[in-house]
Amino acid sequence: MTEKGKLALYWAASCGGCEIAVLGIDEKILKVAEAFDIVLWPVAVDAKVRSIEKMADGEIDLCFFNGAIRTSEQEYMAHLLRRKSKVLVAFGSCAQEGCIPALANLTTAEAIFQTAYHDTPSTDNPDGVVPQPETEVPEGKLHLPIFYNTVHTLDQIVPVEYYLPGCPPEPERIWDAIVAILENKLPPPGSVIGAHTTVCDECPRERSEKKIKAFKRTWEIIPDEETCLLEQGLVCFGIATRAGCGALCPQVNSPCIGCYGPNEGVEDHGARLMSALASVIDSDDPQEIDRIIREGIPDPAGTFYRFSMAHSLLRRSAFATNGRNAEEVPAPKAAERSG
Amino acid sequence: MEEKTFEPRIIAFLCNWCSYRAADLAGTARIKYPPNVRMIRVMCSGRVDPTFILKALAMGADGVMIAGCHPGECHYLEQNYKAMRRYAMLRHTLRQFGVEDERVRLQWASAAEGAQLAEAIREMVEQIRQLGPLQWPTYWSENGRREEALKSIEREHEEAMEVPA
Repeated sequence: MTEKGKLALYWAASCGGCEIAVLGIDEKILKVAEAFDIVLWPVAVDAKVRSIEKMADGEIDLCFFNGAIRTSEQEYMAHLLRRKSKVLVAFGSCAQEGCIPALANLTTAEAIFQTAYHDTPSTDNPDGVVPQPETEVPEGKLHLPIFYNTVHTLDQIVPVEYYLPGCPPEPERIWDAIVAILENKLPPPGSVIGAHTTVCDECPRERSEKKIKAFKRTWEIIPDEETCLLEQGLVCFGIATRAGCGALCPQVNSPCIGCYGPNEGVEDHGARLMSALASVIDSDDPQEIDRIIREGIPDPAGTFYRFSMAHSLLRRSAFATNGRNAEEVPAPKAAERSG
Repeated sequence: MEEKTFEPRIIAFLCNWCSYRAADLAGTARIKYPPNVRMIRVMCSGRVDPTFILKALAMGADGVMIAGCHPGECHYLEQNYKAMRRYAMLRHTLRQFGVEDERVRLQWASAAEGAQLAEAIREMVEQIRQLGPLQWPTYWSENGRREEALKSIEREHEEAMEVPA
């Protein structure tokens, strides 16, 4: 490459793990710096948003955007970086499918503020002060970003060229992706950069026919180290989760929780997981089936959609249940909703 | 303006061997049922992936029916038991999303049970009429201040972030 490209890395609603994963490529980061000028990377490089705003459209060659979109400021940055970047990559599970931040889609902005600024035992807030998007001070008006009701994926806000799955993406896969970009060997736009198969394909455990009388939670059993974890009753998501991690969790006796998202061609990760897990229940009796499910999977939305809530077909819960089980709180009639 | 009664839109997945024939039988026997159901024929109730149901709800359906052969009578031996388990799993999950149980219904209907299928459809339409429209996509929109907030960021950057050369 004769002329250096321009690279931006940005974070929105995320934990910072993706940034650490980028640095996990170790000394190869120097190769990245050889190929690219890093024009924006808030966690590691001093650069100003204003200088990005002043760039020509499409001036940035490549942008790795991690994190989901939950505030107006994050949405603004998504639009800005989309406009300035030739190739925008939804980097990591949050940007691709919402990940842990999107579990807040089981509740609402109002309920989150209620908990954070009023209800938690450690909160001391006698005047009931909550952050306002607009505040008058003698010097003028101050603005805070608006906190959205629903956490959105990056591609629900702006078009995205590629997806790099994982919570976080494994450093080896990040390097693979960078090499593919530098050698111009990318898959067609819209693709996930990664494997097409499932974690089961990388898992060394022995598999036979799965028939389960009870789902077990991880603290209930010490699994044997040779047999498929799902066959032992653990809710292991390797069956419908994209490969790429090398089956790290099952190899240390811990079930796959689905952080690499759905395998190729699957629209709704949770639906596929529900389908797969329901199929292995060893009962033909509706009551017994209900009991096995109720006792074994107490938090189905948080289990099946732990990483993919924002990207799922339903994207969020109905407003009025606030994440509580509808058995405890009956959902209101649609007519009573504020919308 | 006179208020119109709410007509639920229901998507029904009917298995080829029993339930679709039950619907056919209801037709040839001139048994009436409400026209709120859009029927989709699938080879077996075991073919109905939870994705289909979620997609129907996400695209604006007010309810979804899955109809198949009675347990023990599946043309493919035991796939309707898989439908039964998947339905139980999906219903368990949908409760947490705030979707009422009545909106997704599993109905067994043999090829001879045209009248029973018609009755089940009638009952489901009435139940959903009581619940009201689902209109799931309306849950995704943010409140009206979003556009204004985005514009104000742009404005502030232009005013406050300009560093003199």
